[in-house]
Amino acid sequence: MNHFDTPTSDHDALVHRFPARAKNLKDTRTKVRATLTQLGYCPDTIEQVVIAIDEACQNIIRHAYGQETEEAIVLRIQYQQHDLHITLRDYAPPVDADCIKLRDLRDIRPGGLGGHFMHHIMDEISVECAPEGNGNILQMHKRFA
Amino acid sequence: MEHSVHVQPNGHIVSFSGEIDLENSPAARTRLLEVVEYATTVFVDLTAVTYMDSSGIASLVEAYQRAKKTNVAFVLISTSPAVLRVLQMARLDKVFTIHETLEHAQHAKH
Repeated sequence: MNHFDTPTSDHDALVHRFPARAKNLKDTRTKVRATLTQLGYCPDTIEQVVIAIDEACQNIIRHAYGQETEEAIVLRIQYQQHDLHITLRDYAPPVDADCIKLRDLRDIRPGGLGGHFMHHIMDEISVECAPEGNGNILQMHKRFA
Repeated sequence: MEHSVHVQPNGHIVSFSGEIDLENSPAARTRLLEVVEYATTVFVDLTAVTYMDSSGIASLVEAYQRAKKTNVAFVLISTSPAVLRVLQMARLDKVFTIHETLEHAQHAKH
């Protein structure tokens, strides 16, 4: 546990730490749905944000850690005036931000859609190394004007 | 996720229900590729799917491409918003043949 696991402000709606395994994604989606429902978002928005977070978690498992592991993913959902700020922290080696770049959808092939979904749903996405140099921080922001 | 295969005179029906995600999409992929191998028409019934992620879509695309190569008709059946949402985001709703019901799909020409 470290400071990233602890709610630090009134704007924190959810802090959820879990091992980076596929079997944990269903429970994570359930927690995200419950949180966003409590915050009053409509079902369609909730399902879209659930997809973006789920795809981000998959990217961490498959590309940052490279496989399923007991190492952690920490998900934080914050809200401010209805805007959503989502942060996903991992403890994997530094990743190339290109791992969530868009691909040409005219190229019909399996794979590579997760990054597209994230960009389609969220307004801003960024990836940076954790300040301590251990892991990555993925940030996604969705505005509701 | 649960799945089943029913063989009918006009095609094989592969039905999925529940959530298709990173944990269980490998099983969905395996089943779809198996059926495409020996069927002439495959109806993939996704009506009862409540969630599908990019790995589930990837399984559908791979089976669709395998079917296309071997002249197997590959048809999706879904009115599930969870499925249609991701197909539209991936712009695959115009690539796949999609029917609202199995009955419609079975009466259409493929």
